[in-house]
Amino acid sequence: MTHTVGNDGAEAAVRAPTPSLPTPTPELRRSSRSRGWVIVRGVLLRIGGGLFVLWAAATLTFFGLRLIPGDPAQAILGGPGSQASAEALAQVRADYGLDQPIWVQYIAQLGRLATGDLGTSYSLRSPVAEVIGAQIGGTLLLAALALIVAWAIALGLAVWSTRGGRIAAAVGSTLEIVAAAVPHFWLATVLVLVFSTALRWFPAVSTAGPEGLVLPVLTLALPLAGFLGQVMRESVLDALSAPFVLSARARGESENGVRWRHVLRHGSLPGIALSGWAFGFLVSGAVVVETIFARPGLGRTLLNAVQLRDVPLVVGVVLVVALGYVIMTVATDAASRLADPRLRRQGVAL
Amino acid sequence: MAQWVAIGVLALLLLAAVLPGVLAPGDPLAIDPAQAFLSPRWGHPFGTDESGRDIYTRVVHGAAPSLVIGVAATAIGILLALVLGLAAALGGRVVDFGVSRLLEVLFAFPGLLLALLVITVYGPGIVTSTIAVGLATAPGYARIIRSQTRSVASAPYIEAAVVLGRSRGRILVQHILPNAVVPVFVLVTLGVGQAIVWAAALSYLGLGAEPPAAEWGAMLFAGKNYLATAWWMTFFPGLAIVLSAVAATVLGRALQRRGPR
Repeated sequence: MTHTVGNDGAEAAVRAPTPSLPTPTPELRRSSRSRGWVIVRGVLLRIGGGLFVLWAAATLTFFGLRLIPGDPAQAILGGPGSQASAEALAQVRADYGLDQPIWVQYIAQLGRLATGDLGTSYSLRSPVAEVIGAQIGGTLLLAALALIVAWAIALGLAVWSTRGGRIAAAVGSTLEIVAAAVPHFWLATVLVLVFSTALRWFPAVSTAGPEGLVLPVLTLALPLAGFLGQVMRESVLDALSAPFVLSARARGESENGVRWRHVLRHGSLPGIALSGWAFGFLVSGAVVVETIFARPGLGRTLLNAVQLRDVPLVVGVVLVVALGYVIMTVATDAASRLADPRLRRQGVAL
Repeated sequence: MAQWVAIGVLALLLLAAVLPGVLAPGDPLAIDPAQAFLSPRWGHPFGTDESGRDIYTRVVHGAAPSLVIGVAATAIGILLALVLGLAAALGGRVVDFGVSRLLEVLFAFPGLLLALLVITVYGPGIVTSTIAVGLATAPGYARIIRSQTRSVASAPYIEAAVVLGRSRGRILVQHILPNAVVPVFVLVTLGVGQAIVWAAALSYLGLGAEPPAAEWGAMLFAGKNYLATAWWMTFFPGLAIVLSAVAATVLGRALQRRGPR
């Protein structure tokens, strides 16, 4: 477990004693032998935790949605005004298993979910999994681009505002607070007014081409950049006064080298840790942004489903988002480990 | 400096909510079709909407419903969070385990999605959307209250009280609750701004307050179809929401810096 990462050697040396002791104590030998097991156990625990979250999410939504007043069979046949015959209702109840005891329905539902069957949409009359599969790409593209843009803005702002003296710091923190507080729907409105209505640079309704992505991506990215920038700046300031920066400077590294190689790495840690939350933020934002810019995607599908009270579709989208969140937290954990050598040394911390 | 501006904005907001007639004597629902779609001008500083209603009057009168929704949603969220957070921190290991797992699961649903689930169950409307926002914000508050209470409960002065032979109930009421709950007021300040934004977002999506009402989110919803021709219909209500949210955030931050921890 020796780390030969060039300049980071000094950084790591300050944080943890070097492992190259002449005679390893029994304690050290034992821990290095069981390290592989620690990592495997950590990964298994993470996956187990993720599966638990998914099971609980499915259970909560299943029983939570039983609170809906009215007959689900009636809802499937088009709501209370549909004048469905008694035979049709009975047929639907049998088809959807609604005449079974609730525990049987629950077990059957879990079984279907485990095989990736999310049921049939009431309003679109097609499998929920297919609907989601058709819509998810656009949303993923939008969210991924927004995440990249937000990171770039936040990092740039954090590094610039901690360097340029008090005025830059004040401007930076004001920008961040305002950006973080501005709701997506109003930011979208202002961006459309400026860049679409007045300047005519980008379309107000999202088109298929890349120019249609600019305003939706900016709308999603700017508030996120505000949040990320706030935590990153604090962390950058922390790092600037940390011993490893002093030691890097003492070795004669340039100011830019110190900032980009050591400070930025440290500054990005809280941003990485926030990624699970950022995922949720982007999904929530996507509902609003896709609606405003009339972009096809998961968010708009969800909103339509909520308005029509299309329960299987709502539950399907929500569960897919929960799955995304679980995957994101596992990925976040791995990314923190890549960026922070201290975590790699410790094995897996839960 | 910034916090004084924030206090000024919030004072104006409170004045508009309590005595809207002082700032805007007109009727927010009075229609005048001959005066429809006027751009901002003398007499109509924020312009007029599709029925000739004065946007300035409507923004001022919209402060009360928007503020009430924000405060009510935050109160619902904080109360629920207090129950969960205090139970987890003080109820022993089994309760703590259960509540912590529940919070973990709720975190897998992003806030707006949790709110949308609630609306799917109970249907759209102003009451549902307020409850939905409250429920959606509760997990975040609960986690903060849990860790706050735990750190207070393990503080040296609690140990001292135990050593002095005080009863559990007295320690809870006299020492733990005041110290664990006071920081919650900072959360409330920060939370009201967020709750106003969230409730407005739901109204904007057509799931909250209905358009004729002078509520900021509903005004945005009504104005979004006229964005290209009458930008003032969405710009000014949105500005009111942003100003309230920024002011609440700035004030909350200032309180956070000043208070303990």
